[in-house]
Amino acid sequence: MKPTRQFFVLAVCVPLLSACGSDDGERLPGSLDRHARAVELVVAEDGRPVPWVLAVEQVLHRDNGEEPVTLDPHLAEGTPSAHILRDLFEGLTSESPTGRVIPGAAIRWNISRDGKTYTFYLRREARWSNGDPVTAEDFVYGLRRSASPSTASNFAQVLLPIANAAEVLAGKVPTDQLGVTAINDHILQIQLKGPTPYFLRLLNHSSTYPVHRPSLVKYGSAFSRPGNLVSNGAYILKDWVLRSRIELVKNENYWDAENVIIKQVFYYPFEDQSAASKQFRAGELHWTYGVPNNQFKWLQRHYPDELVISPWAGSYFFGYNVTREPFIENQDLRLALALALDRDLLTEKVTQFGEQPSYALVPPGIGEFVSPQPEWADWTQAERNDEARRLYAEAGYSEDKPLRFEIRYDTGQNNNKKMALAAASLWKQVLGVQATLVNEEGKVFLRNREQMVLTQVFRSGWTSDYADPFGFLELFRTGHGRNYYGYSNALYDSLLDEIASERIPARRRRLMFEAERILLGGLPFIPVYTYVTKRLVSPRLKGWESNIMDHHYSKNMFLLKSVHEGEASAAAVERDEERPAEPEESVTEEVLPTATEEGQANEAPGEHAAATAAPAAEDGQASEDPGEAANSEEVPKSEPEDDGATAPAEAVPAEVEALPAEIVESPQVQSEAPGETGEVPEENDAAGGDSGSGEGFRE
Amino acid sequence: MTQDSGMLKHTLRRLLGLLPTLLMLITVTFFMMRMAPGGPFDSEKLLPAEIEANLNAKYHLDEPLLRQYFRYMGQIAVLDFGPSFQYKDWSVNELIAQSYPVSLTVGGLAMLLAFVLGTTLGIAAALRQNTRVDYSLMGIAMLGISVPNFVIAPILILLLAVYAGWLPAGGWDWGIASMVLPVVTLALPVTAYIARLTRGSMIEVLHSNFIRTARAKGLPESVVIRRHALKPAILPVISFMGPATAGLISGSVVIERIFSLPGLGSYFVTGALNRDYTLVMGVVIFYGVLIILLNFLVDLIYAWLNPKIRYDEKY
Repeated sequence: MKPTRQFFVLAVCVPLLSACGSDDGERLPGSLDRHARAVELVVAEDGRPVPWVLAVEQVLHRDNGEEPVTLDPHLAEGTPSAHILRDLFEGLTSESPTGRVIPGAAIRWNISRDGKTYTFYLRREARWSNGDPVTAEDFVYGLRRSASPSTASNFAQVLLPIANAAEVLAGKVPTDQLGVTAINDHILQIQLKGPTPYFLRLLNHSSTYPVHRPSLVKYGSAFSRPGNLVSNGAYILKDWVLRSRIELVKNENYWDAENVIIKQVFYYPFEDQSAASKQFRAGELHWTYGVPNNQFKWLQRHYPDELVISPWAGSYFFGYNVTREPFIENQDLRLALALALDRDLLTEKVTQFGEQPSYALVPPGIGEFVSPQPEWADWTQAERNDEARRLYAEAGYSEDKPLRFEIRYDTGQNNNKKMALAAASLWKQVLGVQATLVNEEGKVFLRNREQMVLTQVFRSGWTSDYADPFGFLELFRTGHGRNYYGYSNALYDSLLDEIASERIPARRRRLMFEAERILLGGLPFIPVYTYVTKRLVSPRLKGWESNIMDHHYSKNMFLLKSVHEGEASAAAVERDEERPAEPEESVTEEVLPTATEEGQANEAPGEHAAATAAPAAEDGQASEDPGEAANSEEVPKSEPEDDGATAPAEAVPAEVEALPAEIVESPQVQSEAPGETGEVPEENDAAGGDSGSGEGFRE
Repeated sequence: MTQDSGMLKHTLRRLLGLLPTLLMLITVTFFMMRMAPGGPFDSEKLLPAEIEANLNAKYHLDEPLLRQYFRYMGQIAVLDFGPSFQYKDWSVNELIAQSYPVSLTVGGLAMLLAFVLGTTLGIAAALRQNTRVDYSLMGIAMLGISVPNFVIAPILILLLAVYAGWLPAGGWDWGIASMVLPVVTLALPVTAYIARLTRGSMIEVLHSNFIRTARAKGLPESVVIRRHALKPAILPVISFMGPATAGLISGSVVIERIFSLPGLGSYFVTGALNRDYTLVMGVVIFYGVLIILLNFLVDLIYAWLNPKIRYDEKY
């Protein structure tokens, strides 16, 4: 009985203890921190952290949320797999720490004038982890495998922009009809169905990764097991203890291995965020996947340096089923409910982690796009409430005859329940609405929402597959598989068609702005807030930046010996400067020779008659003419360039490159730079509050 | 000799009796899972029709339900639980084989601890019935039963791992240090329960005629307890332990989550939530077999402890 008694006595002391336990965060494995002398951070000329600031043991411990469903890049779905696969493999393009598209396995590329032909020039020095060269053929094989019906990939829709991909997926034509050709060992050509301005961002999604053919042939479906997996990224899979840990070690054959500092990465699946944060506090983790939903204040007080919160490309909203009473044809009523939600209150009291109140669909920070705002976004809440009451009364409802409907939501490790509860009580308070809460199990909820028979108002939201507003706007297209709002507007649909074929970025943005404006007029949903990522990160871990897609490559990171604010962030800044700069240089060097090479190569196979002479000529132009280059240039900065309007996001990286090496930046700089838009399809719903299925429920 | 063969017959009969139960279990679970709304591939994201068709074909979900059922029965006849829908790199057999040793170790150690500690404390309390020792022991036991382990666990973690740093806050590496907290947490409520059970039945036994006789014969109290009272007093504990052991060693969802253990328990939940049909079937069958076998084992121990039970007479 003793343990029990002990527990009881001790339980009383816990609040006291927790108040004085805040200094524990620095205790991390392999660190000398507490006793370490102050280390002066000096950065070498190439922008790398100098060796003596680095911890002796460069072993990174990352909480990865859940067990990855697979490490087969073509079957992968969900953020946990994606995080690991980004370390293991390298797509044609990659991302800088801020999320900008940079050369990956391809050192440069050309895009034809019509935006439909992409020609990639692969790094000649790229190697698989077993030493084999990475060739264009590997990519062709990978893409075909990914699209093949027999692979049954869950995420092959990433490939849909590629010519013939839909037909291949449907099994109507053989996989070799996919619009992907190896011109020679190091030149790969991809034909698209139509111009797809975000295509480069899709190319660091795992569905497009190459696979090592000989090991697939040898091991079949077991090729992704430790010991079998041959990968082309910065790390190799060393060990996988199911639901316990996944161990990666540095790939010495990686083309950039000399710049990879972290030697070993452990990924741990934590189904329970509070378990993860306890392990973080016990010094067993450097990086958590999230934080417990209700601990913001506590964490902010005790772990101010460790708690990192940054915008994430996703929106949370309530949906209306506009095909059912009482919301059919009743725009004013829909508006009334939207007005009556005090978003500042909801984000402050319910979500708590600095989520931004939202009045539109597309979250801020996606490229240069800025959403239209309804006029009431600028009103005070009192004004909104007055207008809401007026509209509510006009729609024929009153105290005696209140509006009644159901709010449907699912639960998990998220705030859905609290959010629905808060919304219902605000509506009741402001308008006298009688809303009933209906809580459903994840998959039941998904089904009901899709069938649109039972739903009236429901929890909804979207995280971006690729940071392009189109992914959000598309949801409200007539007949779209995720249009569970029943919204249908011919003008809106035709605008979407226009956007799909428009390839001049500014014009495309205008069209998207117009489409979103129409949507906000129709209001088949109630915008509530935009997501943030929130996690605990050891202050010793540097080399990473917050970015809107929440993609973080271990190869960019490094562990400092000890934490000293200024020095630490200087190192981070330096590192960011170094990354994008290097590839750009090499790009310029190679432009001319390879362009010629491509001209010849194109002629030779003659497969794609359309793609031969014309694009070759044009490519020459493209590399000389920066004006035309916006989309078709080799330097992959293209879309997410600076734009005053999206100020905080864009400003930083540009400045960063101009910084002299010794400048010490305040720590905020790095965390406030969601930066451009690191845009890769974000595979699933898992990471955030939106998630719905698959988590939680347990306690 | 007759008793031995009766016992053997009984054993065989019970083992055969397992089969219809199992068959029932499998069938009911199979159809219940399929009747649950939503499918394994439903998610927030849109799955193009072609892709869904490919997935359904790969997992034979496009076949009529009955044929799927018979296909599945054919598979498990050769002990193949099939591929997991959720953990695509692994078969259900591999998932169970990897996680089961963890659950078995934690649960087994917890049961052992609970049994030793619980019976000791229960007997101690019974022998000092209605004294301060008895009351305080039973008070604590009541607390142990009523305070759930998702309250105890975080407190232990905070104290022993986060603040003191003596033990890891979670995770599993087969080291003793990583076992201590989960085992203790898991064992506490069971210990308390066993202590109460033991105390109750011990008191009852101590008042029975044969103990009075034993004492009257002038046997020392320790012999009375050990030789005569213990066996009958422990019978209710044994019958409690059958299902309790099955519960403990099949993995506790709560404990696994809090301590991040790679055990079997979480699969029940994640499997069901994700509509991972094969995984749910696999763990349900596994758990079912375990419970049936353990109950069976309990019966055997019963017969050994209690001479009143004679199988050859009963059947």
